[in-house]
Amino acid sequence: MLRYSLKRLISLVLSLAVASLVIFFVIEIAPGDPASFMLGLNAQPDTVAALRSELGLDVPKIERYLSWVGGMLHGDFGTSYTYRTPVAQMVADRLWVSLPLALYALGLSTLIAFPAGIYAAARRGKPGDMAVMGATQLGVAIPNFWFAMMLVLVFAINLRWFGAGGFAGWDKGFWAGIHSLTLPAIALALPQAAILARVMRSALLDILGEDFMRTARAKGLSRRQALWRHAVRNAMIPVLTIIGLQFSFLLAGAIIIEQVFYLPGLGRLVFQAISARDLIVVESVVMLLVFAVIAVNFLVDLAYAAVDPRLRQRT
Amino acid sequence: MKIFRHPRSLTSAVALVAALGAAPALASDITVAMQLEPPHLDPTSAAAGAIDSVLYSNVFEGLTRFMGDGSVVPGLAESWDISEDGTTYTFHLHDGVKFHDGTTMDAEDVKFSLDRARAEDSANAQKALFAGITEVEVIDPLTVKVTLDAPNGSFLFNMAWGDAVIVAPESIEGIKQHPVGTGAFEFKEWVQGDKIVLDKNPDYWGTPAKLDEVTFKFISDPTAAFAAVMAEDVDVFTAFPAPENLPMFEADPRFQVLVGSTEGETILSTNNKRAPFDNKLVREAMAHAIDRQALIDGAMFGYGTPIGTHFAPHNPAYVDLTAQSAYDPELSKKLLAEAGLPDGFETTLHLPPPSYARRGGEIIAAQLAAVGIKAQIINVEWAQWLETVFKGKDFGLTIVSHTEPMDIGIYARPDYYFQYDNPAFQELIKTLNVTSDPAERTAMLQQAQKIIADDYVNGYLFQLPALTVAKVGVQGLWANAPTQATDLTAVSWAD
Repeated sequence: MLRYSLKRLISLVLSLAVASLVIFFVIEIAPGDPASFMLGLNAQPDTVAALRSELGLDVPKIERYLSWVGGMLHGDFGTSYTYRTPVAQMVADRLWVSLPLALYALGLSTLIAFPAGIYAAARRGKPGDMAVMGATQLGVAIPNFWFAMMLVLVFAINLRWFGAGGFAGWDKGFWAGIHSLTLPAIALALPQAAILARVMRSALLDILGEDFMRTARAKGLSRRQALWRHAVRNAMIPVLTIIGLQFSFLLAGAIIIEQVFYLPGLGRLVFQAISARDLIVVESVVMLLVFAVIAVNFLVDLAYAAVDPRLRQRT
Repeated sequence: MKIFRHPRSLTSAVALVAALGAAPALASDITVAMQLEPPHLDPTSAAAGAIDSVLYSNVFEGLTRFMGDGSVVPGLAESWDISEDGTTYTFHLHDGVKFHDGTTMDAEDVKFSLDRARAEDSANAQKALFAGITEVEVIDPLTVKVTLDAPNGSFLFNMAWGDAVIVAPESIEGIKQHPVGTGAFEFKEWVQGDKIVLDKNPDYWGTPAKLDEVTFKFISDPTAAFAAVMAEDVDVFTAFPAPENLPMFEADPRFQVLVGSTEGETILSTNNKRAPFDNKLVREAMAHAIDRQALIDGAMFGYGTPIGTHFAPHNPAYVDLTAQSAYDPELSKKLLAEAGLPDGFETTLHLPPPSYARRGGEIIAAQLAAVGIKAQIINVEWAQWLETVFKGKDFGLTIVSHTEPMDIGIYARPDYYFQYDNPAFQELIKTLNVTSDPAERTAMLQQAQKIIADDYVNGYLFQLPALTVAKVGVQGLWANAPTQATDLTAVSWAD
């Protein structure tokens, strides 16, 4: 288990190093100077030059890259060009929206997908299965931003159960916060739930055909007992993979949903920073997201080992 | 009131449905939404209009100020004397004006603000406004004398800009996060990415604000903007980004739609130095190829006033020159042939993100194609636009709205991105700048409008409308936008 973890850790560090290089140079190469963007059409050249040196943009790119990476190693993500506040603090503020939203959506999607997948697998080929499969087909096909708009139309504009967007703030209380995250979480969760339910069903069906399942039935377990005790646990490997991928997607991919619901989350920060050429914010946030994705994958790798003892021994 | 709009939880929302029938008490708070969030809160060191949209007149005030109709009236200076030769302005400040941190606003603060803006290392985006100032002297705590190197007919106008507001040395350090001004509202909090809250300033020196609390929300997505207004999450949406939805609000008894004018001349900017645009006949041909009304109907859903020169139609000095470049594709083709381009030519059309440019660009490209000019559309982000078009001057055509008030003077700068170089025009603007007699100024401004229209410098399209959606009952909003501001000092809810 230790050697397995160590190997995964080394590949994690390597991926991060490569990612930092790619992110920095791709973003810096794109045209657009942050200082002239901030000062607009009527700015005089000396004003722009003054701001450039104030922001540290007159330093060569390589030096900026090294100081950026060096800073990140001890937790300093730099200072935003436009907001003039430390990036780490801005990200921390935004995470209070994005992280709960991702977890909420993940929770919803799992809660929907597990029963639906298991139900469909247990009733393979019967009307119940067909209904679940039809619904998930629809869920996979519908883009989540369109679904989000439909939710707003029905639940915010017509029924008035929720606001059309915005975040109440955790200082207004836990339930107020959850309430304002509900529609975005549903919009994010349903397409994910559809995918997860399909994976769950097909993984279960694969396992139901295995020899050990026949053995389980032969030793006297009912269909249901065999399904719950042996099949579900064995179906977890592909399901965990998808959940890991989905969490990364929910965290990084909420950019559009955060726009539709104007939530002050990480996605909105990146969106604003890109259009304002706030390079340091874009670089640091993308780097953090990459780190999150890689870290989640690392945890998923460890989780495989936890559910599948064979992985622990083999490597 | 607020609780109805932001139900604390599902259960309370359900419980409140019954209560909704009852007449709500008169509200003293308001939620105003706009598309862009300010990058920081110092209007004197960035070009971002969003900063002024939140803070101008509400939190910060200058010596003079703009009114909703575009006129310039006394602000922190209650009066002023101008010397015979027009080079010294002696401002008499209001007595008893305090900044929100409790310190007194006096002549020293005025000197500090003006000197800071014109300093060598100043980060002021409109430094040219202060260029003529040679000295700022404190005569006594309530009198300040500003000396100019030459008479400047628009000096009082310049001092009304958001970039010329009075700030205090005591609070300048933290101004980007915590602005301290003299206005009728004081800054309360900023939740980045979400909202800015202002509170009524109880010690305001002038007419106190009618509202107790103002929340600015930032909603950039046009569809989300529509939903937020429809769900009544916000009370007012300024510069509403989706004109196609306005008829729905107009038809809905819950809302009012204010259609006003801005200082934004939307133009088909043309690279006057690049062939074939260096030929006036070609520019004239393009002007006649454009059907402005079709453009306004298609790109702006009918909102917008056609213009024939670079000047705001609501300005008293405006001359309507649209007839000079009336839609006439046959004439356009004839002019192209005359210019030696009977088969037209190919060029590029850079389009920045706003919908007036992206939607308008498609229509303009089609209209130009009809006379044989094939414009290849290139969509760019603002930063890229600034870099390649504005700074690099590497473009053929572009569509952009020039939103600075009274900016016809940019045509006197030969190195400005459209590169119009006419010594006669430059001379005229020079004389205009040192003229303060209103009648003479008007005559000169009209002459200037005619010169650039005669030279067909750019394609003049339409004046950008100011589109505001508000709940019925909100009164005192500016319909026009003479500067980028959301002046809430006179706003209240009707009984």
